[in-house]
Amino acid sequence: MRNSIGTSETSMNGTSLDGALLKVENLRIAFRTDEGQIQAVDGVDLTAQTGRTLGIVGESGSGKSVSTHAIMRLLPGTAVIHPDSSIQFRRKDGTVVEITQLAPTGREMRAIRGGEIAMIFQEPMATFSPVYTIGNHIMEAILAHEEVSKQEARERAIHLLDRVGIANPSRRVDQYPFELSGGMRQRAMIAVALSANPSLLIADEPTTALDVTIQAQILALMRELQEEMGMAILFITHDLGVISQIAHDVVVMYLGQIMERGTVREVIKEAKHPYTQNLLQAIPRLESLGQRLHAIGGRIPSPMERPPGCPFHTRCPQAMPGVCDKAFPETTHFSPTHEVNCFLYEGS
Amino acid sequence: MIRFIVQRFLGMLVTMFFVSVMVFIIMELPPGDYAERYAFRKFSGTGVTVTEADVNNIRVKLGLDRPAYERYFSWIWGIVTKGDFGPAFAFETSVNNVIGQRLWLTLAILFSTLIVTYLVSIPIGIYAAVHRHSIADYSLTVLSYLGLALPNFLLALILLYISVTVLDSSVGGLFSQEFEGAPWSWAKFVDLLKHLIVPAVVLAWSATAFQLQTVRATMLDELNKLSVTAARARGIPEWKVLLKYPARLAINPVVSTVSFDANRIFSELPIVALVLGLPELGELLIKSYIDLDMFVAGAILLMLTFMIVFMNFLSDIALAFLDPRIKLEGG
Ligand SMILES: Nc1ncnc2c1ncn2[C@@H]1O[C@H](COP(=O)(O)OP(=O)(O)OP(=O)(O)O)[C@@H](O)[C@H]1O
Ligand SMILES: [Mg+2]
Repeated sequence: MRNSIGTSETSMNGTSLDGALLKVENLRIAFRTDEGQIQAVDGVDLTAQTGRTLGIVGESGSGKSVSTHAIMRLLPGTAVIHPDSSIQFRRKDGTVVEITQLAPTGREMRAIRGGEIAMIFQEPMATFSPVYTIGNHIMEAILAHEEVSKQEARERAIHLLDRVGIANPSRRVDQYPFELSGGMRQRAMIAVALSANPSLLIADEPTTALDVTIQAQILALMRELQEEMGMAILFITHDLGVISQIAHDVVVMYLGQIMERGTVREVIKEAKHPYTQNLLQAIPRLESLGQRLHAIGGRIPSPMERPPGCPFHTRCPQAMPGVCDKAFPETTHFSPTHEVNCFLYEGS
Repeated sequence: MIRFIVQRFLGMLVTMFFVSVMVFIIMELPPGDYAERYAFRKFSGTGVTVTEADVNNIRVKLGLDRPAYERYFSWIWGIVTKGDFGPAFAFETSVNNVIGQRLWLTLAILFSTLIVTYLVSIPIGIYAAVHRHSIADYSLTVLSYLGLALPNFLLALILLYISVTVLDSSVGGLFSQEFEGAPWSWAKFVDLLKHLIVPAVVLAWSATAFQLQTVRATMLDELNKLSVTAARARGIPEWKVLLKYPARLAINPVVSTVSFDANRIFSELPIVALVLGLPELGELLIKSYIDLDMFVAGAILLMLTFMIVFMNFLSDIALAFLDPRIKLEGG
């Protein structure tokens, strides 16, 4: 993965995407801060396929949000995307754009945002502005991307609310976010995201703040909508338990790097990386569902002092001194889809 | 919304009632009354001995002999039904004649000050927050601290000096000589605006500096909200994101303090008016107090406090428009 070289040319025929919708290669993102540079993401490759869900798992600070914000060019001005990084995206009209080359607030990027790549967030309450109605948010998204009348946008908004399972949509459309329950807000947020028919949906821990029953309902809704609309989903979570319910493919991230990737079966049933195995042991049991994971021993190092070599070696029960702290391991393939970066398997 | 407005309006009327009682009590507070002052004025130095009976006669003539509550109600009755604020003893005419012109000019100063304050502080505060840590932001911060530190009578003197020496225009008063007694015309209005600028800038100075910092701080808070990122993620143009989401909430603290600003302007106005030679109400208020000309003092106090109560009402309504949570939770 680190040795895979990204291309930053824009190709108009889409061959470099191999049929994928989105291809992120060698993504490296640093933040300039008063205390120095923080390398938040260090050589990440991701691929999203139409109709499939890619789960991105990892503890706090692994760079899940930063990576996906880069795809939408929503990073703050202090973030620097490395010039060798590449984010290729196939637009609805078939052309492939190199997103890293677009101006973050330019017309093309704005058309992609919301129109072709939509995002839902962890906290629906904070995602909505408290001073506008639910309908206002949805109509705004529709009107930003399509030439329709206000009346038509409003009807579409009501229809969308109905589609995501909100009862009484023609009344809800005029209500404020604080008048809805948590689960309903989450559904409304999905309605906003779907308003312009995106081909890629990025969901950043959309169910973490919800209780288990509602979480299951939302996951079911997302699966259903995916089947119906055929979009690709990037699903971010801390929780491998949630991943097993929604994802087709999984990448496991730690401190800005990818530790393991594979199909959901490979990663859950045949986890190879000690980090993944630890995460699996930490899947919340019934009595602790909804809580954040803390079960892996040791402290997550601060991004200012990233350990050299494999960043997990400071907490890894199988760490090999003199090996793991020297260099980042090469990628080992267990199947065409299953890859691990760990010295335990190197050369096997 | 209508229910909310009616509620606030009734609340305002109740407040005004209590305010008017308080004003009346304040009118009654100074020892003695105008009858004594009148007798003293009229007969001092003439060698005539004024008896208690003489003073009482004057009292009856002026209607000051009746009990306090009766005088309160006839005073309020006159104001509410006829807009008559009672007699101005020392001027031997009605309060309305004495105050009239000055009231409008005071209001003109008040509103031009508020307009200058908000026109400057809101856009600049928003700009500074959006361009945080830029040179413009730092210089505005320094400038606004200067604004807070500089006493405004000093600023009035400086501006007075500059406009007289450099610009060669008259700043004293509210009208140039040729318009002083002239009937209203467009030219006279323009002349008034020209004269209003200096007092408005002086009075707006510190409030602008203060509100600028408030707007900047709230705007920074709001800019970091997830809802702003979410709006960008919907593909909304940046200027629209900024105006629709953070800016709308960033002006809330400003709107909610409009009546404080009005209050502060009224308290600072007499000093500035003294320096700039403006015919406003504050000076008249002090004079009427010295003369025990209580209907004049009462009318001025009532006007100024009613104005503040009314601004408070307006800011409540505006806040409810800006932030629907207020009316839905409160009503
Ligand atoms: N604006 C920023 N300035 C500096 N560092 C940042 C900024 N945003 C994120 N980071 C750093 O980048 C790293 C990755 O953050 P990111 O938010 O992507 O983590 P995450 O995997 O999404 O974690 P979580 O599960 O807590 O959401 C963290 O170490 C964080 O401190
Ligand atoms: Mg995150």
